Amino acid sequence: MEEKKNQIWAFAITGLLILTSMIYYQVNEYYMYVVVYIWFGFAYGMMLQYGRFCFASASRDLFAAGVPRMAVGILVALIFFSLIQATLASTDMSTFHPAPFGAHTLIAGLIFGVGMVLSGGCASGSLYKIGEGNGTSFLAAFFGLCIGQAVFVDVTWFNGLMPQSWFDKAMASGVPAAQMTSSFDIYLAGYVWNQPVVQLSKTAAFSGLPGISKYFIADSLINALIPAALLLVTIYYFYIRKGFLKKRAKATGGTMGFKDELAGMWSMITASKRTTMMGIIIGIVAGLHIFVMKGMQIRYGISNFGELLVKMGHSADTSIKGTVFDPGYWYITSQEGQLGGWILEKFGWNMHDNIFFGLNNGLPEPLRNPALWMSFGIIFGAMVMARLSNEFKFKLPKGELIVWGLTGGILMGVGSRPALGCNIGAFFIRVAGGDPSGWLYGLGMVSGAFFGVKFFNWWSDRKMAKEMASF
Amino acid sequence: MAMKFEKNTDGTYLLDVCGYVCPHPQIYCKKSIEKIQEGEVLNMVFDNPSSAETIKQMLDQAGHDLMEEKKEAGKIIFKIKKG
Repeated sequence: MEEKKNQIWAFAITGLLILTSMIYYQVNEYYMYVVVYIWFGFAYGMMLQYGRFCFASASRDLFAAGVPRMAVGILVALIFFSLIQATLASTDMSTFHPAPFGAHTLIAGLIFGVGMVLSGGCASGSLYKIGEGNGTSFLAAFFGLCIGQAVFVDVTWFNGLMPQSWFDKAMASGVPAAQMTSSFDIYLAGYVWNQPVVQLSKTAAFSGLPGISKYFIADSLINALIPAALLLVTIYYFYIRKGFLKKRAKATGGTMGFKDELAGMWSMITASKRTTMMGIIIGIVAGLHIFVMKGMQIRYGISNFGELLVKMGHSADTSIKGTVFDPGYWYITSQEGQLGGWILEKFGWNMHDNIFFGLNNGLPEPLRNPALWMSFGIIFGAMVMARLSNEFKFKLPKGELIVWGLTGGILMGVGSRPALGCNIGAFFIRVAGGDPSGWLYGLGMVSGAFFGVKFFNWWSDRKMAKEMASF
Repeated sequence: MAMKFEKNTDGTYLLDVCGYVCPHPQIYCKKSIEKIQEGEVLNMVFDNPSSAETIKQMLDQAGHDLMEEKKEAGKIIFKIKKG
């Protein structure tokens, strides 16, 4: 009975999204751009839920339980995605753009890392968990990623922390004064925009490589494949090797050699087939997403969806440059910030007087926001998958989980803005695209997760001691 | 909100972390196993599907035996024997 009910829900949600897509097409063909985002989001949601694919889990489960399942899954996804990114770059079909490189990336990753452990999921993980009915993830996403981010980019609370040189550079940056009102504006125009942007294939060391080889050698092999392989070996060495070889020696009785080490690596990679399989498919789909978005841009002769919104008469949705947030690939946090900004404007808060919304990303109505639809797609895709596997369950956050959800969500919101992205935009996409700042963000995330796990270990020890007092 | 860790009259243990989300179920599972003796049985009840995959791998790596796994009304029940 329950199974039947869940199947009906899954078909109803999918049907509703198909109907929504048809209505969009009926209203204006340009909305096919939004429809593409919806369905890629839907696919991501299904894959994330099926593979239990969460970047928080990657480092957290490694530190908390010694389980490398998710770390392996992400590295596998990264390997496949980087090869596809290189292929797209070599055919001029990539929408990837690297980000400013600097210490800010590491610090932002650290804050985000603590936040994702506290809230129980990274930015993408929180969305798929909302699809499973998880109320704590909803708190984290709504109050942290949506409202928290929007507030963060529009307040002057951090002016006292910034050197005068940032103010001077910001004032000389040419940004209209009307969009230069918050601490985050000063940080962007006075610091971040002055940092170097690095993509290995475009550096002096590699740009001279013949033909398209620079994308495969520099961006993919050097920036993604070799570090990912080294990390896999490191994880194997510290978490799997000893136990695996002990078991194997007991079973076979012989001395262990290189062949056994390879068998151990393989056993680690295939330990969770659903996660590794999803890693491969996510890597391929993320690449396909870039290809399709570039195709849509070529089809409509645009480089940003804001141009189509203007053509359709929705100029108020765009920034003063006529743009909206339109990454052209898998991205999570900026669109949630836009939703938060849109909501706060309904309560009378002017959100257009800053760089983030006013100058760059605009504040489109949620139904006309392409990237936000990708996030909705992730939630609905995960919901369908959770329903089909009878794993959907409404869970209202209670007690301590409310505190962890809110605190973690706000830290994730704050930690994603300074680096201009989260576990997807600032880590996954950048590393695969040849931008070393992605690794810097990843290092920050893992370090933050380490501290988050330390805290939860202390907290759960206290609770266990109380429980065990009676026996 | 409270987790439950109890010793039953038959000598088995019960860990109930329903309502908890990641990473709590896996952390409590690990800590509960650390508290019991080799050969003793822990019945774990939780309702966070994302934790299940991690817990299974944790048990396998540490040499514990997942004797039984079932789903009942949205809850997941693991019967674990410490190895």
